[in-house]
Amino acid sequence: MGCIVIGAGIAGLTCALELAARGAAVEVYERSPRLGAQACSWFAGGMLAPWCERENSEPLIAQLGAESIPWWQAHFAGTVLRGTLVVAHPRDTAELAQFARRTEQFATLSGEAIGALEPELAGRFERALYFAGEAHLDPRAALAALAERLAALEVPIRLGRTPGAAQLARAHAVLDCTGMAAAPVLPELRGVKGEMLLLHLPELALQRPVRVLHPRLPVYVVPRGGHTFMVGATLLESDDSERISARSMLELLSAAYALHPAFGEAHILEIGTAVRAAFPDNLPRLTVRGNTLFVNGLYRHGFLLGPALARRAAAVVLDGAHFPEVMDEDPRQRRLA
Amino acid sequence: MLELYGTALRSRLLLGTARYASPAVLSAAVRAAGAEIVTVSLRREGGGERSGQGFWALIRELGVRVLPNTAGCHSVKEAVTTAHMAREVFGTPWIKLEVIGEDDTLQPDVYGLAEAAAILCAEGFEVFPYTTEDLVVAERLLRAGCRVLMPWGSPIGSGRGLNNLFGLKAMRAHFAGVPLIVDAGIGVPSHAAQALELGFDAVLINTAVALARDPVQMAGAFARAVEAGRAACEAGPIEPRDLAQPSTPVIGTAFRG
Repeated sequence: MGCIVIGAGIAGLTCALELAARGAAVEVYERSPRLGAQACSWFAGGMLAPWCERENSEPLIAQLGAESIPWWQAHFAGTVLRGTLVVAHPRDTAELAQFARRTEQFATLSGEAIGALEPELAGRFERALYFAGEAHLDPRAALAALAERLAALEVPIRLGRTPGAAQLARAHAVLDCTGMAAAPVLPELRGVKGEMLLLHLPELALQRPVRVLHPRLPVYVVPRGGHTFMVGATLLESDDSERISARSMLELLSAAYALHPAFGEAHILEIGTAVRAAFPDNLPRLTVRGNTLFVNGLYRHGFLLGPALARRAAAVVLDGAHFPEVMDEDPRQRRLA
Repeated sequence: MLELYGTALRSRLLLGTARYASPAVLSAAVRAAGAEIVTVSLRREGGGERSGQGFWALIRELGVRVLPNTAGCHSVKEAVTTAHMAREVFGTPWIKLEVIGEDDTLQPDVYGLAEAAAILCAEGFEVFPYTTEDLVVAERLLRAGCRVLMPWGSPIGSGRGLNNLFGLKAMRAHFAGVPLIVDAGIGVPSHAAQALELGFDAVLINTAVALARDPVQMAGAFARAVEAGRAACEAGPIEPRDLAQPSTPVIGTAFRG
């Protein structure tokens, strides 16, 4: 009478860990033959930035996200708590003012203070917003660390396999964490495509994620350690998970180059794309159908929301708890009514 | 009643669909605005004609008329191709034609615009060209077959309102019978009211609503401003004067000073 978790992306692994930590017997099934290969988590930015995300998302994202940062610090040693820096080029200063109006928990930095925080950016910007309480991590390392923790708790991750119908019926609970693959059962899900780049650049060091605001093409650069930088990410209403457009790459690379010309000398390690699953309100949802709990709609906030959702999912499955903020139908619509 | 290419419309507020926090917020904003037309960018919001089905389905569910646009197109060829794609995806002959000439201001390339308009009108499209207040360009677009014009208020997303009042008034006076929709640059409801007061038939708003702290409330505010502006236009505003003119006669009043 154990729990079955389907999907070993960020939602699946955090759920499995929360369940196992509470003493439940758990098995994880992942259809792809290796960890992360088909998960959009693999291409994530790995920014734990609940207050920056307020710029264009509901308060719930910040609330769940703030809860997740301590979880990551406790579960993944690679969690870096050094804040987020938000900058804009002189001609886009209106964007910085607009960003400040829509967010909270930041300090405004002068050009000098920017240089003290990120010496490589000294003299490049006159003003920045600094969100000191935010963190970042390398998503791939974090997924691997979670898998290791699960192994230590003797939770099997069955790669390249899907559970049989009889097995699912027998389980105490099934946690479906399959993202877009759940769309046939959750027809409201839609895909939102993201494209990203991994760059290698030895001569530049950044301590924290830097967001560069722009009226049309906001991007972020996240240091990954080992002189590697992730540059992302586009946000396209599309469920095409294969093609990467030249335009997107041009935009991401020009933005990185505008942040610091040294990026012109970077090597491209990888370009990637994935489709995030989102509900119409872009908010996550736990949906109960029989003995299955669907944990879905994490949109572009997988690492930010994973822990908070996993904690709730475990309580739903093990205690029969109910969390209106993520379980009631379309809370956003209700709030607006 | 506003009539665009034979379609009668009650609402004089058109909404763009880009940059909302979520489709749910967009949908609530469209309802609060009472908008009957939304513009959709095939290029910028979707990844091409074969994708974005989820988003297109949500747009169709709004139950309003879709005016696809060619935002982000820099050449006649791109704009014409995008228009063809839009006709297939949305099954409408309507197309909001944008040919961008300059990336910083997103100013229309009026030469390319007139050329693309002529091609699309000849192919049976009902073209809504995004143009400047230039009278000669407007004339050229009408000659190409456009029966609606969409002059800018100020550059896209700038929120600066009606930048060239003289030019816009001249355009309104010059093309008395042509539906004119102020597109781009509207920042706050008073800008929209002003456009309607001047006799413009409608306004198209995107950024000012989508990026407001509460887009739904802002959509409602715009709806009321547009209604007020239109009513004022129909009611016949007074002419401004240089000197004060008392509204009640003062001669013969009993006590003064």
